[in-house]
Amino acid sequence: MSEPVIRVENLRKSYGTLAALRGVSFEVQAGEVFGLLGPNGAGKTSTIEILEGLRTPDAGVASVAGLDPQTAGLEFKQEVGAVLQSTSLPDKLRVSEALALFTGFYRRRADPELLLRRFQLEEKRQAFYSQLSGGQKQRLALALALVNNPTVLFLDEPTAGLDPQVRREIYDIIEELKQEKKTILLTTHYIEEAERLCDRVAIVDSGKIIAQGTPRELKHSSAGTTRIEVRLAKQVSDGILNSLEGVSDSREFEGVYVLHSTRPPQTIVALVKLLEAESNELQSLEMFSPSLEDVFLELTGRRLRE
Amino acid sequence: MKNTWSLTKIRILLALRNKTFMFFGLIMPLGFLFFFVLIFGHGRTGWIAYILGAVLAITVMGSFWGLSVQLVMFREQGILRRFRLAPVGAGALLASSIFANYVLILPAVAAEIIICREAFHMVSWGNLWAVFALVSVGAGTFSAFGLIVASVTNTMQETQVINNLLWSAFLFLSGATVPLAVFPVWIQKVALFSPATYLAMGLEASTTGHIGGHELLEELIALSIGLVVAFEISRQLFRWEPEAKVPGKAKLWVIAALVPFLLFGAYESSFGNQLSRIQKHYQMLDRQTSSERAR
Repeated sequence: MSEPVIRVENLRKSYGTLAALRGVSFEVQAGEVFGLLGPNGAGKTSTIEILEGLRTPDAGVASVAGLDPQTAGLEFKQEVGAVLQSTSLPDKLRVSEALALFTGFYRRRADPELLLRRFQLEEKRQAFYSQLSGGQKQRLALALALVNNPTVLFLDEPTAGLDPQVRREIYDIIEELKQEKKTILLTTHYIEEAERLCDRVAIVDSGKIIAQGTPRELKHSSAGTTRIEVRLAKQVSDGILNSLEGVSDSREFEGVYVLHSTRPPQTIVALVKLLEAESNELQSLEMFSPSLEDVFLELTGRRLRE
Repeated sequence: MKNTWSLTKIRILLALRNKTFMFFGLIMPLGFLFFFVLIFGHGRTGWIAYILGAVLAITVMGSFWGLSVQLVMFREQGILRRFRLAPVGAGALLASSIFANYVLILPAVAAEIIICREAFHMVSWGNLWAVFALVSVGAGTFSAFGLIVASVTNTMQETQVINNLLWSAFLFLSGATVPLAVFPVWIQKVALFSPATYLAMGLEASTTGHIGGHELLEELIALSIGLVVAFEISRQLFRWEPEAKVPGKAKLWVIAALVPFLLFGAYESSFGNQLSRIQKHYQMLDRQTSSERAR
């Protein structure tokens, strides 16, 4: 295998007494889309911002395109592009001015006109930043990340806070970049995003990577269980659902019972019988094939959005 | 240098699109001029040039205020961190702030000079080369002070408090609002330690045309050293990130920026002749006014 474009080894970072990163290690190969999936506060942004050169690690090794983000300075910045989770531009800066300004900072330059067209911002070229919608701002952020045709692209929660339609538009753009074989490191807490866009995913929790692999590998590692979510008229006692046929795990989240079953038909029959015996009623039942959410649940006992 | 130039152009554009800048950068300085002429210059044409010098000093000193507020706002809004991702150094960003500020005060400076000459019948143009030199160096120095304020304050509120304190000291301890000559000698000596005094003294002497450019060397040197020291300190203390707080001790660097003026002040109060020059200048204007009234 060739030399990885991004290499992270035993990265550690604390803010006061809070240990944000507790030994994170992974590698990203050229042309690969690698996702860091985890809940808020898991350490995703700390990791990506260390790789962008915005934060200094307490310990460990971080290397991007063979350069150390902490010491390579302006040379490093020529090579990378990034969409930050929290950033902005001056309100009275026009879209075309922003693109021209940032393009001018780099030696290797993309054509701002092509970027405007590609990100559907042509009609907004004269608009002030403050006049753009959330989706347009995010498209501009992506365009700005590509002004130097970067070797590596960092996307920190690129669709956070956007409505589903805009999110899908951003997915399409990232998929295009993926087809162009850009090396991308992406952080997200959306399962759908990680499953759809990433070649490989690292699940991060409490500053550590708890699982790593392709989405398919990770889902298979969840014992091939199907998730069954049920709402009942009355509460049932702890552990009773665990004893149903085929159930490997059951938990309750805000009135929804989540069962993981290796034999869904048998589990549903057993559930209906149990409810009849207990004079309880089934209000709703949904079945899901294994997802990264289930992997996270199995590994941490918590849901991603908690 | 190319990055500095690009950023300077954008900063100028952004300021021109900002109504607040138009008020504080153009309308307010002209308001000061009309107010001062109305109160102190009415029927005393000899004083118009002196008032012009004072108002020019206020216009130039005001540059520190807007700059510090804008930079802190950019940091709080996460705008600076976007620039941090690009191959742009802190030096280029800070230098562009100073250049943009300088260009932006020139219209107000020109308007003040022209209004004084054409509308208020200022006797002569004064020493315009000296005015140009002092405005240029002074704008740089006070902008650099603004950059230091932005670097050592963590929030907009802190910035406003420090700005208010500095602004009051600059205004009232420099001769820009009340002529230094009317203060007790000990206050005049204290004023010699303030950078604002060198700017106000120099501009007042230049607009009245009572001294040649070479006699302003001390003011120009003091302000130039202040500019270099303040710029370097601001570059060292500069922070891109809103979470990167400045430790309390670092705020003492503000004092380091004043060191050149402390040295000049110590020299002046022991061996210099600035205070006697101010006195003579003031008495001469007073005599002119008396003779104008007698006529």
